[in-house]
Amino acid sequence: MKVLLSLIITCMLCSSVQAQNYAIVGATVHTMGPKGTLENATVLIQNDKIQAVLTGHTDLQGYNVINAQGKVITPGLIGAHTSLGLVEVSSSAGTVDSDVLPVNFSTVGAAVDVSFGINPDSSLMNISRIAGVTSAASSVTRSEQLFSGQGAMITLGDKTQAIIKPRAYMGVNMSNGGADNIGGSRALLWVALEQAISETEFVGSKGLSPAQQWHGELARADLRALWPVVNGDIPLIIDARRAADIRQVIAFKKRHPKLHIVLLEATEGWRVADELAANNIAVILDPESNLPYAFDQLGATLANAARLDKAGVMVVIGMGSHNIRLAKQHAGNAVANGLAWQRGLAALTINPATIYQIDALVGSLEAGKQADLVIWSGDPLEVTETAEQVFIEGQLLDMQSRQTKLRDRYLDLQQDRPMRYVRP
Amino acid sequence: MHYKNTKIMLTGILLAAGMLTACDDNQSKGEAAVINGDPFPSTYQPVSSNATLIENVTILDGIGGRIEKGALLMQGGKIVSLGQNLIPTGDTTVVDGQGKWVTPGIIDVHSHLGVYPAPSTSSHSDGNEMTAPVTAQVWAEHSIWPQDPGFGRALAGGVTAMQILPGSANLVGGRGVTVKNMPNRVVQDMKFPGAPYGLKMACGENPKRVYGDKGGPGTRMGNVAGYRQAWADAQDYQRKWDLYYKDFAAGKEPQQPKRDLKLDTLAKVLKGEILVHMHCYRADDMGTMIDVMQEFDYKISVFHHAVESYKIADKLAAANVCSAMWADWWGFKMEAYDGIQENIPMVHAAKACAIVHSDSDLGIQRLNQEAAKAWANGRRAGLDISQADAWQWLSANPAKSLGIFEQTGSLESGKNADVVLWSADPFSTYAQAEHVYIDGALVYDRNNPASWPVSDFELGQPGEGDIK
Repeated sequence: MKVLLSLIITCMLCSSVQAQNYAIVGATVHTMGPKGTLENATVLIQNDKIQAVLTGHTDLQGYNVINAQGKVITPGLIGAHTSLGLVEVSSSAGTVDSDVLPVNFSTVGAAVDVSFGINPDSSLMNISRIAGVTSAASSVTRSEQLFSGQGAMITLGDKTQAIIKPRAYMGVNMSNGGADNIGGSRALLWVALEQAISETEFVGSKGLSPAQQWHGELARADLRALWPVVNGDIPLIIDARRAADIRQVIAFKKRHPKLHIVLLEATEGWRVADELAANNIAVILDPESNLPYAFDQLGATLANAARLDKAGVMVVIGMGSHNIRLAKQHAGNAVANGLAWQRGLAALTINPATIYQIDALVGSLEAGKQADLVIWSGDPLEVTETAEQVFIEGQLLDMQSRQTKLRDRYLDLQQDRPMRYVRP
Repeated sequence: MHYKNTKIMLTGILLAAGMLTACDDNQSKGEAAVINGDPFPSTYQPVSSNATLIENVTILDGIGGRIEKGALLMQGGKIVSLGQNLIPTGDTTVVDGQGKWVTPGIIDVHSHLGVYPAPSTSSHSDGNEMTAPVTAQVWAEHSIWPQDPGFGRALAGGVTAMQILPGSANLVGGRGVTVKNMPNRVVQDMKFPGAPYGLKMACGENPKRVYGDKGGPGTRMGNVAGYRQAWADAQDYQRKWDLYYKDFAAGKEPQQPKRDLKLDTLAKVLKGEILVHMHCYRADDMGTMIDVMQEFDYKISVFHHAVESYKIADKLAAANVCSAMWADWWGFKMEAYDGIQENIPMVHAAKACAIVHSDSDLGIQRLNQEAAKAWANGRRAGLDISQADAWQWLSANPAKSLGIFEQTGSLESGKNADVVLWSADPFSTYAQAEHVYIDGALVYDRNNPASWPVSDFELGQPGEGDIK
């Protein structure tokens, strides 16, 4: 640990402008790729990429060597359902870009595009990244329209441009919450969704010019935004909770086989697990959700993640914004309730990368992929273990945040001047 | 700590029970009016239990002690002894705790189970009497729905007792009640016998947001004026009753003051019979409330959601006010923006009283993990606290702050046998409460699905009796 820390300090002084080559040696490395887990392995980082993950003797000439013996290395975690970059303080604190109001040029909300609103300087970014979250799906969380709009894949790296992939997915809520917004009933909600799909299919890839006559329900901007969804280019993330709604989603997919559908929440997913697996529908869930908050979540159980995984459904874990850093605890609790440990880690890394189609870039430690990785003090799913050093795109991050600075300012309360002069 | 109240309360109850006919509405000449201090008495009955010996186990006694390869004997609902080689008598159930841990039951000082139950329909939303900024006259126990499935989930997380509080919309939200996590047909069945009442109060953003356009308060200074006026009114009310009793004792025939349920409760706080539990995030808000507390000579037992306690931990230690905290919640509103992950251990290290609380029907299920995170983050910041000491955040300090530490909150002989057997070191994500004992009775056994509680609401529904 001492070696690690001193190296980090040395490297921080030696600048971050020039790309560095790093060799991280001695750790247990969970690649989440074909190489599986390697003991006493070496991870080579060249510029912004993983150059190799290997065992045995390696020539380390030209690398900054980091001793990580006794540590655990994983790919950076991917926030699967967040509003990172869109929210600073949620309530009564000014503009929150993850809350949208209805506007008349977007009749169903599909046109919403959060890529314009991502703020890399948000304090949530470095608070989350020093806890091991290196990229995320970010989208609107509060909308009264049918669709919550187009979400973006973002990096949490210390960058001026956070977007990895704009307009990367579309969200729609087909649970009680969606029905409450759209006509008060699923009897209207599903009609609205089918109408949106059929109008988009009718108009097609070229969209409509402002001069063209159009008597459909969807606005032009919505039709444009929905085309990649109906064409299967980007996933449609559908919030559905009770078994009956999940079966509706499966039937919907059968009616529209081109759609790339991912379920969100799927509280009673375990009751429909085999059908979900057979239809290749992945699930983003909160493994700790075990209470019947509404009549569409009566079967909530801590065993949901394990049962879905056992049936062959791809499980993704990681919801939240301010505390997306707790995704690892959520996964740990899924493991405590029956999910295999490796599947718990996959649910935080390669699985979200796969459903959001950024797995060529991140999600596993493989040669050529972006060097997003975390050196953990131990088992990352343990609540007592922590990210000791995080790399994003090969950059060794400054492991400070405004929270660590507040801590350091107040660790010693005996000061001879007002606290605002104390600069830890 | 600060508990004159328990005994006074008990005396009050006995007095009232003996004089029920002499209540204020039909007093006869010659007797002073007596106000029944306990009109909704506890009807809690412990589940019957066999003597149980858990042996070969790591024990955290909850007051800083740790025993390796220890044993714990419970009998008649009480802890008989703990040590290393206890010999079971004839019909004692013996549990081999090899590789497992035993701790006191977890006590959550901040729950809304039953008042904001699941399902969270508007018909069930009974936690905030948002009709006036001071509603000291309302009692959380009158809103509790004992069928809330959340109680059973909390039990599976090792929670044996909790305080259920009104919400934080009001300056004074009403009385909280301490309950055993053993709901039954009516709420009185779970009330913790002998526990003093709590009074929920709230600082900061919530009251001013709720009342800003409903006649005020609309600012923090308006909030503080509201508390102070409420205490001044309570003092005035108490003086009327004191005068009445004084005149009565002097042989006069004084007119009995009109009872005011709101001021009754506030006056009991001033007399030290009810403990104040105040939602207060910001350091400066807490600092102001410490002065208000001293101005009106009452006791704030705990600041809840005290995310900035680390900034004034020394002042909190000096004022002898506990802080009930989350491990890492932050940023959902401005007054939570400066939350840090080392708050709990920093408060502990300053020798102030630290409590881990939930305010959540999910968080209450894994408070041991919340303590574990705080403990580990503290150690990394150089605050070397033992696990045995850290467990005070979960049982002993909550019990002290609720005025029930004589009965529970630690593993000491003679105390209620409120005990959890953990499958592993409870400072781990993977540890689960395997056995939960309340008053010596095994009320949750993870390995025996037939022992799992199922609320009326869950009967006949999808997932009835499932892993929860």
